[in-house]
Amino acid sequence: MNAIILTAIWGVIMMFGGVFFKKNTTPKYWAIAGIVIIIVANIFEFFGHQIFHVDTKGMLRFDAFSLHFNTIVFICTLLFFLLSGRDFEKIGIHVSEYFSLIFFVLCGVSIVSSFNTLLLLFLGIEILSIPLYILTGSDKRNLKSNEASLKYFLMGAFSTGLMLMGIALIYGGNSLGSFYIDAINLGTGHLPVLIAAGLVLLLVAMSFKVSAAPFHFWVPDVYDGAPTVVTAFMSTIVKVAGFIAFIHLFQYSFGAMQSQWQTLVVIIIAATLLIGNVTAVFQQSVKRMLAYSSIAQAGFMMFALFALNDTAREGILLYAAAYSLASIGLFSVIAKMSDYSIAGFNGLGKSQPTLALTCTIFLLSLTGIPLTAGFTAKFYMLMAAVKDGHQIWLVIFAVICAAISAVYYFRVIQAIYFKEPTPEINAQMPITPAFRWIHIIIAGLIILLGILPGLVIDWIYY
Amino acid sequence: MLGTYFTFPELLLWIPFVTGLIAIFIKDAKSVKAFALFSSLATLLVSVISLCYTDVAHHPEYVDYNNVSYVWMPYIGSSFSVGLDGMGHLLTFLTAFSFPVIFAATYKSEFKNANAFYALMLLSQAGLMGVFIAMDALLFYFFWELALIPVYFLCSRWGGEKRIAATFKFFVYTFVGSLLMLVGIIYVYLHTPSFSQDSAHSFYIAAFYKAVLDPGQQSWLFWLFFIAFAIKMPIFPFHTWQPNSYEQAPYPAVMVMSGVMVKMGVFAMIRWLIPVFPAAAAKFDHVVIILAIIGIIYASCIAIVQDDLKRMVAWASIAHLGLMGAAIFAGNFTSLQGTMLAMLNHGFNILALWIIVDIINKTTGIRKISELGGLAQKSPMLSIFFLVIALANIGLPLTNSFVSEFLMLTGLFHFNKWYAAFACMGVILSAVYMLNMMKNVFYGKMNSLTENASAMSNLQKMVLTVLVIFILVLGIYPSLVLHLTEGTVSNILAHISVK
Repeated sequence: MNAIILTAIWGVIMMFGGVFFKKNTTPKYWAIAGIVIIIVANIFEFFGHQIFHVDTKGMLRFDAFSLHFNTIVFICTLLFFLLSGRDFEKIGIHVSEYFSLIFFVLCGVSIVSSFNTLLLLFLGIEILSIPLYILTGSDKRNLKSNEASLKYFLMGAFSTGLMLMGIALIYGGNSLGSFYIDAINLGTGHLPVLIAAGLVLLLVAMSFKVSAAPFHFWVPDVYDGAPTVVTAFMSTIVKVAGFIAFIHLFQYSFGAMQSQWQTLVVIIIAATLLIGNVTAVFQQSVKRMLAYSSIAQAGFMMFALFALNDTAREGILLYAAAYSLASIGLFSVIAKMSDYSIAGFNGLGKSQPTLALTCTIFLLSLTGIPLTAGFTAKFYMLMAAVKDGHQIWLVIFAVICAAISAVYYFRVIQAIYFKEPTPEINAQMPITPAFRWIHIIIAGLIILLGILPGLVIDWIYY
Repeated sequence: MLGTYFTFPELLLWIPFVTGLIAIFIKDAKSVKAFALFSSLATLLVSVISLCYTDVAHHPEYVDYNNVSYVWMPYIGSSFSVGLDGMGHLLTFLTAFSFPVIFAATYKSEFKNANAFYALMLLSQAGLMGVFIAMDALLFYFFWELALIPVYFLCSRWGGEKRIAATFKFFVYTFVGSLLMLVGIIYVYLHTPSFSQDSAHSFYIAAFYKAVLDPGQQSWLFWLFFIAFAIKMPIFPFHTWQPNSYEQAPYPAVMVMSGVMVKMGVFAMIRWLIPVFPAAAAKFDHVVIILAIIGIIYASCIAIVQDDLKRMVAWASIAHLGLMGAAIFAGNFTSLQGTMLAMLNHGFNILALWIIVDIINKTTGIRKISELGGLAQKSPMLSIFFLVIALANIGLPLTNSFVSEFLMLTGLFHFNKWYAAFACMGVILSAVYMLNMMKNVFYGKMNSLTENASAMSNLQKMVLTVLVIFILVLGIYPSLVLHLTEGTVSNILAHISVK
């Protein structure tokens, strides 16, 4: 509860602060201060200290899992602000408002991590999405940004419609007439038609939000068109929040009848992995490549939904941390570049040795090489899927796709270290020592989680 | 005393790892070279000392010196367990021995960004050591991948003209293989008994040996592991990455790859494949042996027609590894002992061969057999060294390979006469390409290119002398090695027969 209220309050503070902040650089520090306060408050709640006592009538449930997830997300956001805070100033003059919108998104994130009724799921998803539509189009004079925003809005509105329809069908279909997600759990018997239809609509709507194939068509254009800082935020933090909601919903509402919808998930996973990985190979722009790679990574995260066991719940948290950290790091470098093509990375190993090393670690982590968090995350996902026992072929298919992912991630590594530099591109990259240090911290965290995944996982059972 | 503070496997792992990390910060090219050489000599010293503490049967306290286990991820039953058995001693010695040899033999070569180069070399040594000492499947997988990454960067950064594509092919091949193995490891893990209260299953090697798998499951799991190991060795038809990446790799890296890295595949088959899936190994032995024998003959024939020295040695290596692959699956005491010996011998021989190719290449600037000639007049010492090494490669009596090939072929003969007969062709064909090289490179007419060839450095002479001594000693007294690995081989055979 602390996080939900504080993020909302801080969003309002940032919004009105825009009137009082004299300099364009001030909002960044306020945002960092805000997120630190929210992290502390959230950790307090994790250890049982509530600041706000609100009776939610059981519509929200704060267990160790959801609070722990909030902590991960807020820490990633903090690192994101530290790395890319200044890049917001490049988008336009309303810097304070951009930050305010991000806090509203975080409010949505903390609702979807702990919802207990379908209504709050809907509210959370909407609170999370609407600020993003605005942020995507925040680069007002850029046609691509406008296009991305409109596309995202139309697609998002459409999927929200489907979701509402699904919720309505499920509400009408269960005899209790309840929105509470555990009340929907109808046992293992044959599904009534209304519930089955509602389930499929919810599955489709949530797949839209997490960009799983075949509902991924908005992703490349939106991620490419949005300002890079915004892409960094929505492709990582918002996406993993979508996954948490997805898994939360399906585990509590439809977990018992998993065998009846598992095949649908299998198809979605296979399509997502194939489309994401194969299409990413052909991209020339790193930003667009990362957009497709985020689809591919979503395929791996979907394994948590496929398996729905303890290992999957542990794994999705690990994956959320591993994927967000590495992607935020990479996007922060791209945001500083004027040229997004792979050639823009040429010779980074010579001109920026530290950044080259950290970027290599991020890319290795995304590929899933041992000693990085990306490996342990993938390992947990695969283990969850194998534990489930069905569909071993899907696991084998997934690792082959992971091998394909090496092709496009390593193309960037090859550009960094083995290609001759193109001086005019990298010359004006404004890199401060602080930026380097935060990169080193993120790389350190990735390696730490690669060796000791327990640092994240153990807290679930606190 | 020793066992209470640290153990041999830990030292063998951490010395190269830590010195590798330190080497990055030594900017001066000369100092980092010397530093790497000293670090590798220290590792060699530890390895030699560890060989004095192998006799566990009579000295049970030696077990403490050679095995250690730390809690790592208790909630999934994985621990940081490392240990040395006979085979581990053998291969860690080979690794520890190879690196000083490589550093000494290429001491004159200059590499750009020497600090990064030597750091990566030492890190790859750490990875290789890890593979050979890991007693936990997850840890084994970690090192299996980690040995690859430094070599990938070495070959892509310092290799030949087409290095990026060739090395990447190598990387993707092995990466696919290891990911398939990862799925296999997870599946086997979920069928292992528990070894601690914290988790229901265990990654410990003994748990893997006790995994309950019916023959049907074994049949497909076998291939997941086999492909990973066969790519690394490489066994026909998984060998296509190898000639290109050897050709493009810088000499020190190619020495690591062919001298030590390919042994990872042989080693892993003996430790992680056959004892875990005995039923499947018995079911598919004919398939694998036939593939291996096709590889022997095919690779030997191609080696004969190669004009490029590097490619010729690469193909010759495939042929030799093929024989080891066949011998492993013959699955009897003689053939396995032969394989053990062959791993060491092949390491020595191919290192020596690469050193000679490197010398020829550096002094004349070419490595085309057709353009070379008359080197014996210019450098008689080099041609004497090469003669011994060539004969060792062919497997002439008194050289090390004779014993190992004899044992492997005898074992194969017990398994099936015809297989042994075809495998023998490899020995004959190896005589063709080795003597061909002798004739065209060292004898024949001198030409304008070879006239300017300079002499070897003293360090290179010393290294080659050491290698030749090893070749002869092991040819005359192979029991040195066979005693060491006897225990391992009988343990594995016991596992196969019990299941």
